[in-house]
Amino acid sequence: MTLLRVRNLRTRFATDRGDVRAVNGVSFDLAEGEILGLVGESGSGKSVTAMSIMRLVPEPPGHVAADSLAFDGRELLQLSEAQMREERGSSMAMVFQDPMRSLNPVLTIGRQILEVLRRHQKLDGPAAKRRAIELLETVGIPSAEKRLGAYPHQFSGGMRQRVMIAIALSCNPRLLIADEATTALDVTIQAQIIDLVKRLTRERGTSVIWISHDLGVVAGLCDRVNVMYAGNVVESGPIRELFHRPSHGYTLGLMGSTPRVDGVGVRRLTPIEGVPPNLIEPIKLCPFLPRCRVSVPACQATPPERRDLGGGHWAACLADLAPRSVAR
Amino acid sequence: MSTLLEIEDLEVQFGRPGAPGTVKAVDGVTFSVEKGKTLGLVGESGCGKSTTGYAILQLVRATSGRVLFGGTDLCQIGKRDLRRLRRKMQIIFQDAHASLNPRMPIGDLIGEALDIHGLYRGKARAGRIRELLDMVGLSGHFFERYPHELSGGQAQRVAICRALAVEPELIICDEPVSALDVSIQAQIVNLLQDLQERLGLTYIFISHDLSVVRHISDRVAVMYLGKIVEMASKEEIYTAPAHPYTKSLMSAVPVPDPDIESQRQRIILKGDLPNPANPPSGCRFRTRCPVAVAECAAIEPPQYPLGGGHWAKCICLKGVPAHA
Repeated sequence: MTLLRVRNLRTRFATDRGDVRAVNGVSFDLAEGEILGLVGESGSGKSVTAMSIMRLVPEPPGHVAADSLAFDGRELLQLSEAQMREERGSSMAMVFQDPMRSLNPVLTIGRQILEVLRRHQKLDGPAAKRRAIELLETVGIPSAEKRLGAYPHQFSGGMRQRVMIAIALSCNPRLLIADEATTALDVTIQAQIIDLVKRLTRERGTSVIWISHDLGVVAGLCDRVNVMYAGNVVESGPIRELFHRPSHGYTLGLMGSTPRVDGVGVRRLTPIEGVPPNLIEPIKLCPFLPRCRVSVPACQATPPERRDLGGGHWAACLADLAPRSVAR
Repeated sequence: MSTLLEIEDLEVQFGRPGAPGTVKAVDGVTFSVEKGKTLGLVGESGCGKSTTGYAILQLVRATSGRVLFGGTDLCQIGKRDLRRLRRKMQIIFQDAHASLNPRMPIGDLIGEALDIHGLYRGKARAGRIRELLDMVGLSGHFFERYPHELSGGQAQRVAICRALAVEPELIICDEPVSALDVSIQAQIVNLLQDLQERLGLTYIFISHDLSVVRHISDRVAVMYLGKIVEMASKEEIYTAPAHPYTKSLMSAVPVPDPDIESQRQRIILKGDLPNPANPPSGCRFRTRCPVAVAECAAIEPPQYPLGGGHWAKCICLKGVPAHA
């Protein structure tokens, strides 16, 4: 069952120098219970894609358009702000990189969890409090009852992110979007949080969009990955397929520049030279062409079409990378 | 190989000694670095790795201990001598933009370092700056540019360039690639490696990213709450970690391979770092350690040598013979 259908999503931001096409024709499906990774570098459009789905892009200066942006069969772009507010926090929730900026520093943790329960589940009084304690316990916060009265600054970074996850999951959303949710955390805490997200979402059948620049995190958590570059998905596939048969020059580049703790390919990294394109200028050919190491003459002539590689794996790349495994 | 830097029993305490809330950010750290090599200093936030770096450069003063740089104890010498020696020791930071004066063009930012130490005066100055820019892969166009015109990777190149301007022997790299995208990170890592080879530089590479540290280091020291808990050559520490903390750190780092990831047994540590103002008795890791025993609370584990310069501080290693 498809929970979220995105077709030709385009998000622009008006600036003095022209429109920035931050997301430029993104299409994908998210199945129920599926964990989808969005990877790519800063500015590739991962976060804007997520914000567009949540309808959190400020308009103006932003502008979101799509052929379809359907959540559980309802077109999100046709909902009013009031209707959208009912969805956010209850059926779709989001966790950000910096929990300190998502939490209100002058309100207790308890009050911030209760706010969501009151707003969306009409819970109040002792029942709401019980549920809040239960939630904090689920995400592994010790002496939860006592901690309800604590303020965000009294929590460590990892604990704050647990609180954010507790709030996000408080109304049993069907979609959870995590935007670099573990990037600011230490690795041992990151491992705890990923373990938690994996367990909770599997138990509840929640669909997850996991945004990360860390290929390792995605490899361990996701079922499928979309690789994004310059506002578009350039390669997409089931996790094994994509990691073992990367089929886009950019995906290859990302893998070649990632050092590995297990020491595979330790001698020298292969960076991607140059910088990503300016998204104000229209891009006619492959956006990665100026930085690509595997381009072929055809790349100079036509923009790449999606090439189907079987098993739900495709890449928008003209170079024939099929027999190649990760170039190391 | 000669030793460039020796740290002996370094201690840095913040707060008035004896007052409540005093934190020993660095507590009895000892290590040495060979000339032309890279020591990786790893650990989580708050373990004291950056403070160790600052204390070496005397940017924070050590409470006790010795920092021997080419035989001179930096903790004992006067300001003037220290300033002269600072030319030999430079530092680059995580946030390169924050370390560059926004009102100075790049040429002057680098030139200032030359001026302070009286290097390349007069006509030679501009030529030298261009030469330095070229060394870090930036064209002469950057001479007139301002920091806000630079991308993150370019700003880090300028910071490296400025460090190189005074011809240092030691560069302390404090999370130099942590804020960069992987493709840019790889460019900077390669640049640092090339410069080391070309100029014979010695690095202390401070990072929480164990993958990058494996890539760039010769030896690695793992810190936890102000103490080094394990130290070994890069090969040893990544293939045969001995301390339970090192093991759990290694197991927590994700690997970009779904097959390996699905097979991995993670050691998930319980809880958070304890309050550094009130560290646990005995072994400091025992509150989160999966293999702690009662004895761990009573005694502070000594260094157990494991052979080949590899050692770790955990009583589980008592009686383990050192290999050749």
